[in-house]
Amino acid sequence: MKEIIFHGRGGQGAVIASRILAVAAFKEGREVQSFPFFGVERRGAPVTAYTRLAEEEIRKRVPIKEPDYVIVLDPTLLEKNDITKGMKKGASIIINTRASKKTFKFSGKYKVFTIDAAEIASSHGLGSKSAPIVNTSMLGAFSKYTKEVGIKALVEAIRENVAIKTEDNIKAAEESYEKAK
Amino acid sequence: MKKVLTGNHAVSYGAKLARAQVIAAYPITPQTEVVEKLSEMVASGELKARFIKVESEHSAMAASIGASAAGARSFTATSSQGLALMHEMLHWATGARVPVVMANINRAMGPPWNIWSDQTDSLAQRDTGWLQFYCENNQEVLDTVIQAYKICEKVSLSGMVMLDAFYHSHTSEPIDIPDQSLIDKFLPPYDPKYKLDVNNPHTFGGLTGPEWYYELRYKIQKAMDKAVEVIKDVGKEYGKITGREYGLIEEYRTEGAETLLITSGAIAQTAKDAVDTLRKRRKKTGLVRVRTFRPFPKDDIKKAVSKVKIAGVIDRNISLGNEGIFFQEIKSALYNEKKRPSIYGYIAGLGGRDVAVDEIIEIAENLPKQSSKKELIWVGAKI
Repeated sequence: MKEIIFHGRGGQGAVIASRILAVAAFKEGREVQSFPFFGVERRGAPVTAYTRLAEEEIRKRVPIKEPDYVIVLDPTLLEKNDITKGMKKGASIIINTRASKKTFKFSGKYKVFTIDAAEIASSHGLGSKSAPIVNTSMLGAFSKYTKEVGIKALVEAIRENVAIKTEDNIKAAEESYEKAK
Repeated sequence: MKKVLTGNHAVSYGAKLARAQVIAAYPITPQTEVVEKLSEMVASGELKARFIKVESEHSAMAASIGASAAGARSFTATSSQGLALMHEMLHWATGARVPVVMANINRAMGPPWNIWSDQTDSLAQRDTGWLQFYCENNQEVLDTVIQAYKICEKVSLSGMVMLDAFYHSHTSEPIDIPDQSLIDKFLPPYDPKYKLDVNNPHTFGGLTGPEWYYELRYKIQKAMDKAVEVIKDVGKEYGKITGREYGLIEEYRTEGAETLLITSGAIAQTAKDAVDTLRKRRKKTGLVRVRTFRPFPKDDIKKAVSKVKIAGVIDRNISLGNEGIFFQEIKSALYNEKKRPSIYGYIAGLGGRDVAVDEIIEIAENLPKQSSKKELIWVGAKI
Protein backbone atom coordinates (compact mmCIF):
# COMPACT_ATOMS: atom_id res chain seq x y z
CA MET A 1 0.00 0.00 0.00
CA LYS A 2 1.19 3.52 -0.87
CA GLU A 3 0.18 6.35 1.45
CA ILE A 4 0.18 9.99 0.38
CA ILE A 5 -0.34 13.16 2.43
CA PHE A 6 -1.24 16.51 0.85
CA HIS A 7 -0.40 19.68 2.79
CA GLY A 8 -1.96 22.89 1.54
CA ARG A 9 -3.97 25.89 2.58
CA GLY A 10 -7.71 26.33 2.31
CA GLY A 11 -8.45 27.40 -1.28
CA GLN A 12 -5.52 25.61 -2.97
CA GLY A 13 -7.52 22.47 -3.65
CA ALA A 14 -5.65 19.88 -1.54
CA VAL A 15 -8.83 17.94 -0.71
CA ILE A 16 -9.98 17.73 -4.32
CA ALA A 17 -6.41 16.78 -5.35
CA SER A 18 -6.49 13.82 -2.95
CA ARG A 19 -9.72 12.71 -4.58
CA ILE A 20 -8.51 13.24 -8.18
CA LEU A 21 -5.45 11.10 -7.42
CA ALA A 22 -7.65 8.34 -6.00
CA VAL A 23 -9.96 8.40 -9.02
CA ALA A 24 -7.01 8.31 -11.44
CA ALA A 25 -5.42 5.31 -9.70
CA PHE A 26 -8.82 3.60 -9.55
CA LYS A 27 -9.03 3.98 -13.34
CA GLU A 28 -5.76 2.10 -13.56
CA GLY A 29 -7.25 -0.77 -11.56
CA ARG A 30 -6.06 -0.06 -8.03
CA GLU A 31 -7.97 -0.02 -4.76
CA VAL A 32 -8.14 3.53 -3.44
CA GLN A 33 -9.25 5.67 -0.53
CA SER A 34 -9.08 9.45 -0.08
CA PHE A 35 -10.26 11.76 2.65
CA PRO A 36 -9.59 15.18 4.14
CA PHE A 37 -8.21 15.66 7.62
CA PHE A 38 -11.46 15.97 9.45
CA GLY A 39 -11.24 19.63 10.28
CA VAL A 40 -13.26 22.75 9.75
CA GLU A 41 -11.86 24.22 6.54
CA ARG A 42 -11.22 27.93 6.12
CA ARG A 43 -9.56 29.85 3.30
CA GLY A 44 -5.85 30.23 4.06
CA ALA A 45 -5.77 27.84 7.02
CA PRO A 46 -3.58 24.71 6.78
CA VAL A 47 -5.41 21.77 5.19
CA THR A 48 -4.32 18.15 5.16
CA ALA A 49 -5.73 15.44 2.90
CA TYR A 50 -4.88 11.80 2.43
CA THR A 51 -4.87 9.20 -0.36
CA ARG A 52 -4.19 5.48 -0.07
CA LEU A 53 -3.42 3.35 -3.15
CA ALA A 54 -3.25 -0.42 -2.85
CA GLU A 55 -3.56 -3.71 -4.67
CA GLU A 56 -5.86 -5.20 -1.99
CA GLU A 57 -9.01 -3.89 -0.25
CA ILE A 58 -8.29 -0.92 2.03
CA ARG A 59 -9.96 -1.35 5.42
CA LYS A 60 -8.07 1.02 7.68
CA ARG A 61 -10.13 4.10 8.51
CA VAL A 62 -7.59 6.33 10.21
CA PRO A 63 -5.36 9.20 9.04
CA ILE A 64 -1.96 8.39 7.54
CA LYS A 65 0.90 8.59 10.03
CA GLU A 66 3.79 7.14 7.96
CA PRO A 67 3.52 8.42 4.39
CA ASP A 68 5.38 7.18 1.32
CA TYR A 69 4.84 10.54 -0.38
CA VAL A 70 4.24 14.05 0.91
CA ILE A 71 2.94 16.74 -1.43
CA VAL A 72 3.40 20.34 -0.25
CA LEU A 73 1.15 22.80 -2.05
CA ASP A 74 2.40 25.82 -0.11
CA PRO A 75 6.11 26.02 0.83
CA THR A 76 5.41 28.42 3.72
CA LEU A 77 3.91 25.43 5.52
CA LEU A 78 7.47 24.06 5.81
CA GLU A 79 8.51 26.98 8.01
CA LYS A 80 6.53 26.15 11.11
CA ASN A 81 5.49 22.52 10.85
CA ASP A 82 7.55 19.37 10.75
CA ILE A 83 6.00 18.11 7.57
CA THR A 84 8.48 15.26 7.20
CA LYS A 85 7.38 13.76 10.54
CA GLY A 86 6.67 10.05 10.24
CA MET A 87 7.81 9.79 6.61
CA LYS A 88 8.95 6.29 5.70
CA LYS A 89 12.61 5.64 4.96
CA GLY A 90 13.24 6.46 1.31
CA ALA A 91 9.98 8.42 1.06
CA SER A 92 9.59 11.36 -1.31
CA ILE A 93 8.49 14.93 -0.78
CA ILE A 94 7.24 17.07 -3.65
CA ILE A 95 7.20 20.82 -3.07
CA ASN A 96 5.62 23.71 -4.94
CA THR A 97 8.58 26.13 -4.99
CA ARG A 98 10.97 28.11 -7.14
CA ALA A 99 13.84 27.32 -4.79
CA SER A 100 16.40 24.62 -5.54
CA LYS A 101 15.84 21.34 -3.77
CA LYS A 102 19.24 21.63 -2.09
CA THR A 103 17.91 24.51 0.04
CA PHE A 104 15.70 22.13 2.02
CA LYS A 105 17.42 20.83 5.13
CA PHE A 106 15.91 17.36 4.81
CA SER A 107 17.21 16.91 1.24
CA GLY A 108 19.81 14.38 2.33
CA LYS A 109 17.28 12.26 4.22
CA TYR A 110 14.38 12.05 1.76
CA LYS A 111 13.98 12.27 -1.99
CA VAL A 112 13.05 15.88 -2.66
CA PHE A 113 11.35 16.99 -5.88
CA THR A 114 10.37 20.54 -6.75
CA ILE A 115 8.08 22.17 -9.27
CA ASP A 116 7.08 25.81 -9.74
CA ALA A 117 3.40 24.91 -9.67
CA ALA A 118 2.40 28.46 -8.70
CA GLU A 119 3.82 29.84 -11.96
CA ILE A 120 2.24 27.07 -14.06
CA ALA A 121 -1.18 27.41 -12.39
CA SER A 122 -1.32 31.19 -12.67
CA SER A 123 -0.19 31.08 -16.31
CA HIS A 124 -3.30 28.99 -16.99
CA GLY A 125 -5.52 31.44 -15.11
CA LEU A 126 -6.11 29.15 -12.14
CA GLY A 127 -6.77 31.32 -9.12
CA SER A 128 -5.07 34.72 -8.82
CA LYS A 129 -1.39 35.61 -9.22
CA SER A 130 -1.02 35.94 -5.44
CA ALA A 131 -3.14 32.88 -4.60
CA PRO A 132 -2.90 30.38 -7.47
CA ILE A 133 -4.84 27.12 -7.29
CA VAL A 134 -1.95 24.69 -7.66
CA ASN A 135 -3.57 21.31 -7.00
CA THR A 136 -3.75 20.01 -10.57
CA SER A 137 -0.24 21.31 -11.36
CA MET A 138 1.12 19.43 -8.35
CA LEU A 139 -0.58 16.24 -9.52
CA GLY A 140 1.05 16.50 -12.95
CA ALA A 141 4.47 16.65 -11.28
CA PHE A 142 3.53 13.83 -8.89
CA SER A 143 2.65 11.62 -11.84
CA LYS A 144 5.99 12.27 -13.56
CA TYR A 145 8.19 11.99 -10.46
CA THR A 146 6.62 8.94 -8.83
CA LYS A 147 5.03 7.00 -11.71
CA GLU A 148 2.32 5.94 -9.23
CA VAL A 149 -0.29 7.09 -11.72
CA GLY A 150 -0.21 7.78 -15.46
CA ILE A 151 -0.86 11.24 -16.93
CA LYS A 152 -3.68 9.87 -19.11
CA ALA A 153 -5.67 8.57 -16.13
CA LEU A 154 -4.91 11.77 -14.27
CA VAL A 155 -6.32 13.90 -17.09
CA GLU A 156 -9.48 11.78 -17.18
CA ALA A 157 -9.88 12.11 -13.42
CA ILE A 158 -9.47 15.90 -13.61
CA ARG A 159 -12.08 16.02 -16.36
CA GLU A 160 -14.58 14.18 -14.14
CA ASN A 161 -13.87 15.98 -10.89
CA VAL A 162 -13.14 19.59 -11.80
CA ALA A 163 -16.24 21.42 -12.98
CA ILE A 164 -14.73 24.90 -13.39
CA LYS A 165 -11.89 25.69 -15.87
CA THR A 166 -11.61 22.01 -16.62
CA GLU A 167 -9.46 22.36 -19.74
CA ASP A 168 -7.14 24.90 -18.06
CA ASN A 169 -6.60 22.49 -15.20
CA ILE A 170 -5.81 19.68 -17.61
CA LYS A 171 -3.32 21.89 -19.48
CA ALA A 172 -1.68 22.89 -16.19
CA ALA A 173 -1.30 19.24 -15.16
CA GLU A 174 0.18 18.35 -18.56
CA GLU A 175 2.59 21.27 -18.55
CA SER A 176 3.69 20.40 -15.04
CA TYR A 177 4.19 16.77 -16.13
CA GLU A 178 6.43 17.98 -18.98
CA LYS A 179 8.40 20.40 -16.81
CA ALA A 180 9.03 18.01 -13.93
CA LYS A 181 12.57 16.71 -14.26
CA MET B 1 -20.76 0.12 -12.54
CA LYS B 2 -17.95 0.98 -10.12
CA LYS B 3 -17.43 4.59 -9.10
CA VAL B 4 -15.33 6.39 -6.50
CA LEU B 5 -17.85 7.91 -4.09
CA THR B 6 -17.97 9.44 -0.63
CA GLY B 7 -20.23 7.87 1.98
CA ASN B 8 -22.55 10.85 1.66
CA HIS B 9 -22.95 10.33 -2.08
CA ALA B 10 -23.36 6.58 -1.52
CA VAL B 11 -26.45 7.49 0.52
CA SER B 12 -27.74 9.72 -2.30
CA TYR B 13 -27.25 7.00 -4.92
CA GLY B 14 -28.94 4.47 -2.62
CA ALA B 15 -32.02 6.70 -2.26
CA LYS B 16 -32.03 7.31 -6.02
CA LEU B 17 -31.84 3.59 -6.85
CA ALA B 18 -34.69 2.96 -4.39
CA ARG B 19 -36.66 5.58 -6.36
CA ALA B 20 -37.46 7.77 -3.36
CA GLN B 21 -40.45 9.93 -4.33
CA VAL B 22 -40.37 12.57 -1.62
CA ILE B 23 -37.21 13.99 -0.03
CA ALA B 24 -37.53 16.45 2.84
CA ALA B 25 -34.36 17.53 4.58
CA TYR B 26 -32.57 20.27 6.47
CA PRO B 27 -28.78 20.64 6.11
CA ILE B 28 -26.32 19.88 8.92
CA THR B 29 -22.59 19.05 8.85
CA PRO B 30 -21.54 16.35 7.94
CA GLN B 31 -24.79 15.31 6.22
CA THR B 32 -25.14 18.27 3.83
CA GLU B 33 -23.69 16.58 0.71
CA VAL B 34 -26.32 13.82 0.91
CA VAL B 35 -29.15 16.22 0.22
CA GLU B 36 -27.09 18.51 -2.03
CA LYS B 37 -26.58 15.58 -4.40
CA LEU B 38 -30.23 14.51 -4.17
CA SER B 39 -31.41 18.05 -4.90
CA GLU B 40 -29.17 18.09 -8.00
CA MET B 41 -30.62 14.76 -9.09
CA VAL B 42 -34.18 16.07 -8.64
CA ALA B 43 -33.39 19.38 -10.39
CA SER B 44 -31.87 17.62 -13.42
CA GLY B 45 -34.79 15.20 -13.67
CA GLU B 46 -32.47 12.24 -13.08
CA LEU B 47 -34.62 11.40 -10.04
CA LYS B 48 -38.36 11.90 -10.28
CA ALA B 49 -39.13 13.10 -6.79
CA ARG B 50 -40.52 16.06 -4.87
CA PHE B 51 -37.82 17.86 -2.94
CA ILE B 52 -39.33 19.69 0.04
CA LYS B 53 -37.25 22.41 1.67
CA VAL B 54 -38.16 22.65 5.33
CA GLU B 55 -37.31 24.98 8.21
CA SER B 56 -36.07 22.35 10.67
CA GLU B 57 -35.37 18.65 11.13
CA HIS B 58 -38.61 18.32 13.08
CA SER B 59 -40.44 19.48 9.94
CA ALA B 60 -38.27 17.26 7.72
CA MET B 61 -39.41 14.21 9.65
CA ALA B 62 -43.04 15.44 9.78
CA ALA B 63 -43.02 15.88 5.98
CA SER B 64 -41.42 12.45 5.49
CA ILE B 65 -44.08 10.83 7.66
CA GLY B 66 -46.88 12.66 5.85
CA ALA B 67 -45.55 11.67 2.44
CA SER B 68 -45.18 8.06 3.55
CA ALA B 69 -48.71 8.02 4.96
CA ALA B 70 -49.91 9.22 1.55
CA GLY B 71 -48.24 6.19 -0.02
CA ALA B 72 -45.01 7.77 -1.27
CA ARG B 73 -41.54 6.36 -0.68
CA SER B 74 -39.96 9.08 1.45
CA PHE B 75 -36.39 9.80 2.42
CA THR B 76 -34.48 12.13 4.69
CA ALA B 77 -31.02 12.42 6.22
CA THR B 78 -29.60 14.12 9.28
CA SER B 79 -26.98 14.09 12.03
CA SER B 80 -26.55 14.71 15.74
CA GLN B 81 -28.56 17.73 16.98
CA GLY B 82 -30.77 17.40 13.90
CA LEU B 83 -31.72 13.87 14.88
CA ALA B 84 -32.34 14.98 18.46
CA LEU B 85 -34.75 17.62 17.18
CA MET B 86 -36.64 14.89 15.29
CA HIS B 87 -37.09 12.82 18.44
CA GLU B 88 -40.82 13.45 18.93
CA MET B 89 -41.54 12.70 15.27
CA LEU B 90 -39.53 9.45 15.37
CA HIS B 91 -42.06 8.06 17.84
CA TRP B 92 -44.81 9.29 15.57
CA ALA B 93 -43.44 7.43 12.54
CA THR B 94 -43.45 4.20 14.54
CA GLY B 95 -46.97 4.58 15.94
CA ALA B 96 -48.28 5.55 12.50
CA ARG B 97 -46.55 2.42 11.09
CA VAL B 98 -45.03 4.27 8.13
CA PRO B 99 -41.85 2.99 6.43
CA VAL B 100 -39.69 6.14 6.25
CA VAL B 101 -36.00 5.53 5.55
CA MET B 102 -33.41 7.97 6.87
CA ALA B 103 -29.64 8.15 6.85
CA ASN B 104 -28.02 9.45 10.02
CA ILE B 105 -24.39 10.42 9.88
CA ASN B 106 -23.19 9.63 13.40
CA ARG B 107 -21.87 12.86 14.91
CA ALA B 108 -21.20 13.82 18.52
CA MET B 109 -23.78 15.79 20.49
CA GLY B 110 -22.76 19.27 21.66
CA PRO B 111 -21.77 21.18 23.58
CA PRO B 112 -18.90 21.53 23.14
CA TRP B 113 -19.57 21.77 19.40
CA ASN B 114 -18.05 18.80 17.66
CA ILE B 115 -18.81 17.65 14.13
CA TRP B 116 -16.95 14.34 14.37
CA SER B 117 -18.00 10.73 14.72
CA ASP B 118 -19.86 9.40 17.76
CA GLN B 119 -22.81 6.99 17.85
CA THR B 120 -24.56 8.41 20.90
CA ASP B 121 -26.89 10.52 18.71
CA SER B 122 -28.62 7.54 17.11
CA LEU B 123 -28.30 5.17 20.07
CA ALA B 124 -30.18 7.75 22.17
CA GLN B 125 -33.10 7.02 19.80
CA ARG B 126 -33.08 3.31 20.56
CA ASP B 127 -36.53 3.28 22.19
CA THR B 128 -38.36 5.06 19.38
CA GLY B 129 -39.18 1.85 17.51
CA TRP B 130 -36.98 2.54 14.47
CA LEU B 131 -34.87 -0.17 12.89
CA GLN B 132 -31.18 0.75 13.17
CA PHE B 133 -28.36 -0.37 10.87
CA TYR B 134 -24.67 0.47 11.41
CA CYS B 135 -22.46 0.27 8.30
CA GLU B 136 -18.74 -0.49 8.04
CA ASN B 137 -17.97 0.93 4.58
CA ASN B 138 -19.51 3.06 1.85
CA GLN B 139 -20.57 0.06 -0.23
CA GLU B 140 -22.61 -1.19 2.70
CA VAL B 141 -24.11 2.28 3.11
CA LEU B 142 -25.50 2.25 -0.43
CA ASP B 143 -26.62 -1.37 -0.18
CA THR B 144 -28.30 -0.83 3.20
CA VAL B 145 -30.34 2.21 2.13
CA ILE B 146 -31.85 0.09 -0.66
CA GLN B 147 -32.48 -2.94 1.58
CA ALA B 148 -33.93 -0.75 4.35
CA TYR B 149 -36.85 0.21 2.10
CA LYS B 150 -37.68 -3.39 1.37
CA ILE B 151 -37.36 -4.41 5.03
CA CYS B 152 -39.26 -1.42 6.44
CA GLU B 153 -42.09 -1.70 3.92
CA LYS B 154 -42.52 -5.39 4.81
CA VAL B 155 -42.82 -4.73 8.55
CA SER B 156 -44.46 -1.27 8.41
CA LEU B 157 -41.79 0.41 10.52
CA SER B 158 -39.24 3.12 9.78
CA GLY B 159 -35.51 2.57 9.60
CA MET B 160 -32.32 4.56 9.98
CA VAL B 161 -29.02 3.76 8.29
CA MET B 162 -25.92 4.92 10.14
CA LEU B 163 -22.55 5.92 8.77
CA ASP B 164 -19.65 7.53 10.65
CA ALA B 165 -18.98 11.24 10.29
CA PHE B 166 -15.96 11.75 8.02
CA TYR B 167 -14.64 8.16 8.32
CA HIS B 168 -17.45 7.38 5.87
CA SER B 169 -19.24 10.61 5.00
CA HIS B 170 -16.22 12.41 3.52
CA THR B 171 -14.10 9.41 2.53
CA SER B 172 -13.99 8.51 -1.17
CA GLU B 173 -13.66 4.85 -2.16
CA PRO B 174 -14.74 2.57 -5.02
CA ILE B 175 -18.35 1.48 -4.85
CA ASP B 176 -20.34 -0.79 -7.08
CA ILE B 177 -23.56 0.94 -8.13
CA PRO B 178 -26.03 -1.77 -9.14
CA ASP B 179 -28.06 -1.39 -12.35
CA GLN B 180 -31.41 0.32 -11.86
CA SER B 181 -33.13 -2.61 -13.57
CA LEU B 182 -31.78 -5.02 -10.92
CA ILE B 183 -32.99 -2.80 -8.08
CA ASP B 184 -36.39 -2.27 -9.72
CA LYS B 185 -36.91 -6.04 -9.69
CA PHE B 186 -35.67 -6.30 -6.10
CA LEU B 187 -37.72 -3.35 -4.83
CA PRO B 188 -41.09 -2.91 -6.55
CA PRO B 189 -43.02 0.38 -6.08
CA TYR B 190 -44.44 1.00 -2.59
CA ASP B 191 -48.14 0.26 -2.55
CA PRO B 192 -49.54 0.27 1.01
CA LYS B 193 -52.91 -1.20 1.87
CA TYR B 194 -53.94 1.88 3.86
CA LYS B 195 -52.96 5.39 2.89
CA LEU B 196 -54.14 8.98 3.02
CA ASP B 197 -56.48 9.31 0.08
CA VAL B 198 -59.08 12.07 -0.42
CA ASN B 199 -61.32 9.63 -2.28
CA ASN B 200 -61.17 7.04 0.47
CA PRO B 201 -60.63 8.90 3.75
CA HIS B 202 -59.05 7.31 6.82
CA THR B 203 -57.87 8.70 10.13
CA PHE B 204 -54.33 7.90 11.30
CA GLY B 205 -53.11 8.19 14.87
CA GLY B 206 -56.47 9.08 16.45
CA LEU B 207 -57.13 8.90 20.18
CA THR B 208 -56.79 5.34 21.47
CA GLY B 209 -57.65 4.51 25.07
CA PRO B 210 -56.04 2.07 27.48
CA GLU B 211 -58.17 -0.75 26.07
CA TRP B 212 -56.22 -0.84 22.76
CA TYR B 213 -52.98 1.18 23.05
CA TYR B 214 -51.33 -1.77 24.80
CA GLU B 215 -52.20 -4.16 21.96
CA LEU B 216 -50.89 -1.71 19.37
CA ARG B 217 -47.52 -1.64 21.18
CA TYR B 218 -47.56 -5.44 21.26
CA LYS B 219 -48.04 -5.46 17.49
CA ILE B 220 -45.05 -3.14 16.98
CA GLN B 221 -42.91 -5.46 19.10
CA LYS B 222 -44.10 -8.41 16.96
CA ALA B 223 -43.17 -6.44 13.82
CA MET B 224 -39.68 -5.93 15.27
CA ASP B 225 -39.44 -9.70 15.96
CA LYS B 226 -40.50 -10.37 12.39
CA ALA B 227 -37.90 -7.89 11.14
CA VAL B 228 -35.14 -10.25 12.37
CA GLU B 229 -36.12 -12.82 9.73
CA VAL B 230 -37.00 -10.20 7.12
CA ILE B 231 -33.54 -8.60 7.40
CA LYS B 232 -31.93 -12.02 6.82
CA ASP B 233 -34.19 -12.88 3.87
CA VAL B 234 -33.77 -9.49 2.24
CA GLY B 235 -29.99 -9.63 2.85
CA LYS B 236 -29.81 -13.01 1.10
CA GLU B 237 -31.98 -11.89 -1.80
CA TYR B 238 -29.80 -8.81 -2.22
CA GLY B 239 -26.77 -11.08 -2.19
CA LYS B 240 -28.19 -13.08 -5.08
CA ILE B 241 -28.46 -10.04 -7.34
CA THR B 242 -25.29 -8.19 -6.30
CA GLY B 243 -22.98 -10.81 -4.78
CA ARG B 244 -23.04 -8.97 -1.44
CA GLU B 245 -25.05 -10.73 1.24
CA TYR B 246 -25.91 -9.12 4.57
CA GLY B 247 -27.15 -10.32 7.97
CA LEU B 248 -27.71 -8.86 11.42
CA ILE B 249 -24.16 -9.52 12.56
CA GLU B 250 -20.94 -10.42 10.76
CA GLU B 251 -18.42 -12.89 12.17
CA TYR B 252 -14.83 -12.29 11.04
CA ARG B 253 -12.21 -14.98 11.70
CA THR B 254 -14.14 -16.33 14.69
CA GLU B 255 -13.31 -19.98 13.91
CA GLY B 256 -11.51 -21.43 16.93
CA ALA B 257 -11.40 -18.03 18.62
CA GLU B 258 -10.88 -17.84 22.38
CA THR B 259 -11.08 -14.06 22.54
CA LEU B 260 -13.62 -11.91 20.74
CA LEU B 261 -13.71 -8.25 19.87
CA ILE B 262 -17.20 -6.89 19.33
CA THR B 263 -17.82 -3.54 17.69
CA SER B 264 -19.75 -1.69 14.99
CA GLY B 265 -19.47 1.02 12.33
CA ALA B 266 -16.18 2.27 10.89
CA ILE B 267 -14.15 0.93 13.83
CA ALA B 268 -15.20 -2.59 12.84
CA GLN B 269 -13.41 -2.31 9.51
CA THR B 270 -10.20 -1.08 11.10
CA ALA B 271 -10.58 -3.92 13.66
CA LYS B 272 -10.38 -6.47 10.83
CA ASP B 273 -6.82 -5.33 10.13
CA ALA B 274 -6.11 -5.72 13.87
CA VAL B 275 -7.52 -9.26 13.88
CA ASP B 276 -5.40 -10.20 10.85
CA THR B 277 -2.26 -9.02 12.69
CA LEU B 278 -3.26 -10.90 15.86
CA ARG B 279 -3.92 -14.10 13.92
CA LYS B 280 -0.47 -13.76 12.34
CA ARG B 281 0.89 -13.64 15.88
CA ARG B 282 -1.01 -16.89 16.56
CA LYS B 283 -3.47 -15.17 18.89
CA LYS B 284 -6.89 -16.81 18.70
CA THR B 285 -8.85 -13.59 18.29
CA GLY B 286 -11.98 -13.04 16.21
CA LEU B 287 -14.32 -10.16 15.51
CA VAL B 288 -18.09 -9.87 15.73
CA ARG B 289 -19.46 -6.84 13.94
CA VAL B 290 -22.96 -5.85 15.00
CA ARG B 291 -24.74 -4.45 11.94
CA THR B 292 -28.32 -4.31 13.21
CA PHE B 293 -28.97 -2.70 16.58
CA ARG B 294 -32.78 -2.65 16.33
CA PRO B 295 -34.09 -5.26 16.25
CA PHE B 296 -31.24 -6.37 18.52
CA PRO B 297 -29.82 -9.67 17.16
CA LYS B 298 -29.99 -11.57 20.46
CA ASP B 299 -29.92 -15.08 19.00
CA ASP B 300 -27.03 -14.37 16.65
CA ILE B 301 -25.09 -12.71 19.48
CA LYS B 302 -25.70 -15.67 21.83
CA LYS B 303 -24.49 -18.10 19.18
CA ALA B 304 -21.39 -16.12 18.30
CA VAL B 305 -20.34 -14.92 21.75
CA SER B 306 -21.26 -17.67 24.23
CA LYS B 307 -18.63 -20.06 22.85
CA VAL B 308 -15.60 -17.91 23.77
CA LYS B 309 -13.97 -17.38 27.17
CA ILE B 310 -13.53 -13.66 27.00
CA ALA B 311 -14.90 -10.78 24.97
CA GLY B 312 -14.35 -7.03 24.72
CA VAL B 313 -16.94 -4.62 23.36
CA ILE B 314 -15.61 -1.40 21.81
CA ASP B 315 -18.20 1.40 21.94
CA ARG B 316 -17.88 4.76 20.17
CA ASN B 317 -20.77 5.94 22.36
CA ILE B 318 -21.70 6.09 26.01
CA SER B 319 -24.79 6.08 28.16
CA LEU B 320 -23.41 8.53 30.72
CA GLY B 321 -23.79 7.23 34.23
CA ASN B 322 -23.67 3.63 33.05
CA GLU B 323 -21.53 2.33 30.17
CA GLY B 324 -21.19 1.74 26.42
CA ILE B 325 -24.55 1.03 24.82
CA PHE B 326 -23.64 -2.01 22.71
CA PHE B 327 -21.87 -3.36 25.82
CA GLN B 328 -25.07 -3.10 27.90
CA GLU B 329 -27.21 -4.78 25.30
CA ILE B 330 -24.79 -7.61 24.60
CA LYS B 331 -24.45 -8.42 28.31
CA SER B 332 -28.20 -8.37 28.71
CA ALA B 333 -28.65 -10.77 25.76
CA LEU B 334 -26.25 -13.26 27.38
CA TYR B 335 -27.59 -13.10 30.95
CA ASN B 336 -29.67 -16.30 30.91
CA GLU B 337 -27.09 -18.35 29.01
CA LYS B 338 -25.49 -21.16 31.04
CA LYS B 339 -22.19 -20.70 29.26
CA ARG B 340 -21.09 -17.14 28.71
CA PRO B 341 -17.78 -15.30 28.53
CA SER B 342 -16.26 -12.71 30.84
CA ILE B 343 -16.98 -9.47 29.09
CA TYR B 344 -15.44 -5.98 29.28
CA GLY B 345 -16.47 -2.64 27.86
CA TYR B 346 -14.14 -0.18 26.13
CA ILE B 347 -15.09 3.42 25.46
CA ALA B 348 -13.14 4.65 22.44
CA GLY B 349 -13.19 7.28 19.75
CA LEU B 350 -15.81 9.63 21.23
CA GLY B 351 -16.14 12.89 19.31
CA GLY B 352 -14.13 11.51 16.38
CA ARG B 353 -10.96 10.50 18.26
CA ASP B 354 -9.09 8.06 16.00
CA VAL B 355 -9.13 4.41 16.98
CA ALA B 356 -5.99 3.00 15.38
CA VAL B 357 -5.12 -0.60 14.51
CA ASP B 358 -2.46 -0.67 17.27
CA GLU B 359 -4.94 0.43 19.92
CA ILE B 360 -7.34 -2.33 18.94
CA ILE B 361 -4.50 -4.88 19.05
CA GLU B 362 -3.62 -3.65 22.55
CA ILE B 363 -7.23 -4.04 23.69
CA ALA B 364 -7.32 -7.63 22.43
CA GLU B 365 -3.93 -8.55 23.87
CA ASN B 366 -4.78 -7.17 27.32
CA LEU B 367 -8.24 -8.75 27.48
CA PRO B 368 -7.12 -11.92 29.31
CA LYS B 369 -5.45 -9.75 31.97
CA GLN B 370 -8.57 -7.71 32.77
CA SER B 371 -10.08 -8.13 36.20
CA SER B 372 -13.79 -8.26 36.84
CA LYS B 373 -13.44 -5.34 39.24
CA LYS B 374 -13.07 -2.94 36.33
CA GLU B 375 -15.63 -3.62 33.65
CA LEU B 376 -15.33 -0.31 31.82
CA ILE B 377 -12.06 0.85 30.29
CA TRP B 378 -11.36 4.24 28.64
CA VAL B 379 -9.03 3.86 25.66
CA GLY B 380 -6.28 6.49 25.39
CA ALA B 381 -7.95 9.00 27.72
CA LYS B 382 -5.68 11.90 28.77
CA ILE B 383 -6.66 11.66 32.42
